[in-house]
Amino acid sequence: MHSFLRAYPTESKLLVVLLVICTALSLASPDFLTLVNFTSLLNNNAVNVIWAVGLLVVLIAGGIDISFAVAASVVQYLCVYAFAGIGGGNWAFGFLFAGGFGLMLGLINAFLIHQFRIISIVVTISTFNAFFGLLMFFSSGRFLYNLPSWWSQRVILWEYQTASGTWAELILPVAVMASAMLATWVLIRRTTTGRQLYAFGDNPEGARRAGISIGLMQAIAFGWCGMMAGIGGLMQAHITKEVVPNALIGRELEVLAAVVLGGARLGGGRGSVLGCFLGVLLVAITQNGLNLLGVSPYAFKMVVGIIILLAISTSNLDPAKWFETRKEGRK
Amino acid sequence: MTAEARSETPDALRLTHVTKIFGGVTALDDVALSVGAGEVHCLAGENGSGKSTLIKIVTGVYQPESGAGMQIFGQDYPQITPTQARMAGIAVIWQDLALFAEMTVAENIAFETLLGNRPRPMSYARLRADAQAALAQLDVGLDLDARLGSLPIAQRQIVAIARALVSDARLIFMDEPTASLTQSETDALLAVVRTLSARGVAVVFVSHRLAEVLEIASRVTVLRDGRLVGVYPTEGMTQSRLTELMTGASFAQGVMARDTASQPEVLRIDGLGRAGDYADISLTLRAGEVLGLTGLIGAGRTELCHTLFGMTRADRGTITLNGRELRMKSNRDAVAEGIAYVSEDRLALGLIQPQSIADNAVLAVLRKITGRAGLLSQQGKDDTVSHWITELAVKIGKPSDAVSTLSGGNQQRVVLAKWLATEPKVLILDCPTVGVDVGARAGIFRIVRTLAEKGLAILLVSDEVPEVYMNADRVLHMAGGHIVAEWDPRQTGLSDMEAAVYA
Amino acid sequence: MTALYRRAVAAFGPEVPGLLGFLALVLLVFGLAAPRFLTGANFGSVAFQLPELGLLTLAMLMPIISGGFNLAIIYTANMAGLTLAYVLNQYGGVDAGIWPFILGTVLALGVGALSGAVMGAVIAYIGAHPILVSLAMMIFLRGLGEFLTKGGDISGFPQWMAVLGHGTVWGIPVPLILFLACAVVWHIILNRTRHGFSVRMVGSNIRAAAYSGIHTKRTLVLIYTLSGVMCAVAGILMLSRFNSVRVGHGEALLLVTVLACFLGGVDPFGGFGRVLPVVIALIVLQILSSGLNLLGANQHLSTAVWGLFLVGVMILRWGAGRLSERKKRS
Repeated sequence: MHSFLRAYPTESKLLVVLLVICTALSLASPDFLTLVNFTSLLNNNAVNVIWAVGLLVVLIAGGIDISFAVAASVVQYLCVYAFAGIGGGNWAFGFLFAGGFGLMLGLINAFLIHQFRIISIVVTISTFNAFFGLLMFFSSGRFLYNLPSWWSQRVILWEYQTASGTWAELILPVAVMASAMLATWVLIRRTTTGRQLYAFGDNPEGARRAGISIGLMQAIAFGWCGMMAGIGGLMQAHITKEVVPNALIGRELEVLAAVVLGGARLGGGRGSVLGCFLGVLLVAITQNGLNLLGVSPYAFKMVVGIIILLAISTSNLDPAKWFETRKEGRK
Repeated sequence: MTAEARSETPDALRLTHVTKIFGGVTALDDVALSVGAGEVHCLAGENGSGKSTLIKIVTGVYQPESGAGMQIFGQDYPQITPTQARMAGIAVIWQDLALFAEMTVAENIAFETLLGNRPRPMSYARLRADAQAALAQLDVGLDLDARLGSLPIAQRQIVAIARALVSDARLIFMDEPTASLTQSETDALLAVVRTLSARGVAVVFVSHRLAEVLEIASRVTVLRDGRLVGVYPTEGMTQSRLTELMTGASFAQGVMARDTASQPEVLRIDGLGRAGDYADISLTLRAGEVLGLTGLIGAGRTELCHTLFGMTRADRGTITLNGRELRMKSNRDAVAEGIAYVSEDRLALGLIQPQSIADNAVLAVLRKITGRAGLLSQQGKDDTVSHWITELAVKIGKPSDAVSTLSGGNQQRVVLAKWLATEPKVLILDCPTVGVDVGARAGIFRIVRTLAEKGLAILLVSDEVPEVYMNADRVLHMAGGHIVAEWDPRQTGLSDMEAAVYA
Repeated sequence: MTALYRRAVAAFGPEVPGLLGFLALVLLVFGLAAPRFLTGANFGSVAFQLPELGLLTLAMLMPIISGGFNLAIIYTANMAGLTLAYVLNQYGGVDAGIWPFILGTVLALGVGALSGAVMGAVIAYIGAHPILVSLAMMIFLRGLGEFLTKGGDISGFPQWMAVLGHGTVWGIPVPLILFLACAVVWHIILNRTRHGFSVRMVGSNIRAAAYSGIHTKRTLVLIYTLSGVMCAVAGILMLSRFNSVRVGHGEALLLVTVLACFLGGVDPFGGFGRVLPVVIALIVLQILSSGLNLLGANQHLSTAVWGLFLVGVMILRWGAGRLSERKKRS
């Protein structure tokens, strides 16, 4: 317990805050601490978590990716046409294609960043505009409803009828979310490559002197983020049963906020899968709680904004730190 | 000279004709270095003489200009990458440590085992075992799970040393490994170096502490201004002779010190203390006096400077300037009171490197060049810049060039110009010759002397004892946050001072 | 002549000749490709569209030069617009006179300044990353705006306000005059005042600036406050152009403003950036978009071209950097 507190200070703090909020909400609203509410919370936030763990890897490596949510939309369209091309497809092809297309889009970012030494925020703002513009241009803004049935049909993994008669259920995206979290955890905590990512984000010059391949680090970070973006896109379409070109735009900043809330640092070297999950959950539970308390839905975001502002205001950051880390990337 | 003696085993390292140019500045000029297998070799030279650049070339961090020859354990490397250097058995303790603040001590020490492009599963148990073994060699215990960033600098230094021991390196570069260590920690390190040497591991040792250099090394290669001065056996070498070789100056010809006791007192510090940094500091600084302050890294010199410059607050004690007690909230108050501070870290703190020479020169006097309507006066700026460039003889192209294009000596003159423009009463110089080549140092100190003669009170802080010995009127020795001795250079010799400081 | 040229480059930045050349090229290509391109009507529409993006870009510019970001610009503009709309509606809506307008404008500018000042204070005194702080502010303002408007439009403003959004003076669109005036003010602040000087120094190296006695914290607060004020100006213009206020209006412009700054030669690491090149970059972007439009492509293709264009410019800069490095060596 003590070692956990020491290794994960932000995560521990977040956990305490979450527990306090949950206790308060379960006292204030009888509907909060129910199985139905919790399963639907998980179902509704699975996609955000998938994206969050992808973005986490980029942040650990000291970069930032603005383009992943738009990339997810691009992947959705590519998938619809690819599945039509191979005559329908199935889940295996689904993950393969979605992950593969996402990976490719991520590698485009990595290539531009590494080859031409452009900082990641400039590259991903460019690709954000390029991906979105091209997608809207070629799709003419059309919605697609003709998804293969395996894709759009709800896959229920587990269900349970509660005493009041309502059903609690967990759907496929939750399992995918768990797999994405596990895979990312293995990558960053359990492989040497993952530790190199941390080292590179922490001290790029030190990593370079030790002989870590910078190009490989960028490719893994942005490739992973792209892959998770694609898989998240696949799951998003599975939930909504349609593909809308501008449905995901804007989500990138919300996910970024959640990941940073979870202890990742702009500038690199810090962040955990657990933190990501808790960050997304904190935002989700706050909204859920406000909803159950009968607060106007329009007020949710306002509160979320205040929470993030408070969170970053109370974490003890070194004023000079983020300027320093930016300069180090300059080499 | 050792080639015949070790004819069957190839030298650990043979470098020839190494030249390195950054922008337009020649950092290394046709330098050679050869290290025998199992030899402890010292690389000596003042700050900025090219030692660290040479190490970065051997390890593939920088590529030398064409024409260089590099042979490691008998094998030729026309070009080398960091990974190849590691494979060839080279490990480095970097001067700036190059550690990872967010990672644990264990990960930092056993970092070597994490390298390689192909992903491998991590074993934290092995990582800890490797780290523990390396620390055991040094006979120190550290918390393996602590975040590196949470350690004090001396412990980080130990981590960096341990990191070089984890690999099975046959050639280890140690760039100022003892800079912030205590005597017992240093002794432990020197013992390890001897053990390594006995096992056939070659060690290239870079250190300021000449006594320990002469004790541990068999030969010494001396660099000055990026050029090779020569290779000498340590047998029969003395500290003062080595200092002469490094600086190119002879210390026999007297010191600058004068008697300034009759001058009026400008700055007075009584019982100044700040928890964790320094304690019980009392000193006086007179008009026209150059007061030297020397001591090891971590002795509290820079911390004291920061308080005098209003950037930190003392817990106790008083600072009195011209008879009036100062209460400064920030360094802006200090500047307004007439205190100027030339930082030891010119690259990161002294100048704003990417910005122009002109902008850097007027940075501290923006109010003075503000004309009517609150707009900056271009004329006022031009006048200030050209006045100080002439006054301090700064060699520049155009005032609009980035300050980073200048050599170290000229950059330091721009820093002086910036502060002199504020018309200070007290000038604090914190290691003003770091990265300034030897020829230019004399120029800097001529300026310092001229300023003192005009009545400016100067506090000269430096870890190069010869520097304060030569240039100060009085020398204070700081250690462990206290002032432990006061010397008059006309009475105490350089070697006595060095012996006391590096003890 | 050359001396004059050199002085102009010194004042406005070395990017200007290249950008002007590029502008000429774009004009030439589209002039040949689309017959209606080189007409007064087309340039008139460009002149009306440019200011909105332009004012928001100015609001983004100062934080970026200081090494930061302001992701809250759109919603700050919306909130300021909302403030003015409320005041106007309180004082008779379509029948409101000039005094409610002046009061509303002052309050709107105040709202912009306040949101900026809060961000600046958190960035300066807590030391949090500007991207995060402005992101949190963006989410908060969007929530607040949607809460106040319930996601709907607010309209019903006096007829005479259309002059601000659609009128012309001596044939020059009023929005363009407003934008150019703001650009001139920004140019003077950045080039000729202590604050502008400090902005650049903070952007290059905030610690070294602090060591030299620059009040970096106050500088940061002022940067975001001024940015907020400029957002408010944009918000007021948007109100009069669309004759309504909706929270989220102009959302798509957020990242375009960043793009325009980088295209205008602003250093992504901070410390360098000038107003004129950014204004020219804005004109290039807007003309590219209108030219593509005339060729039958839609707005979305221009968005894509803008993105590709920025990558292209960054690659060219990288190439030029390598070339000059090589020249220095030989």
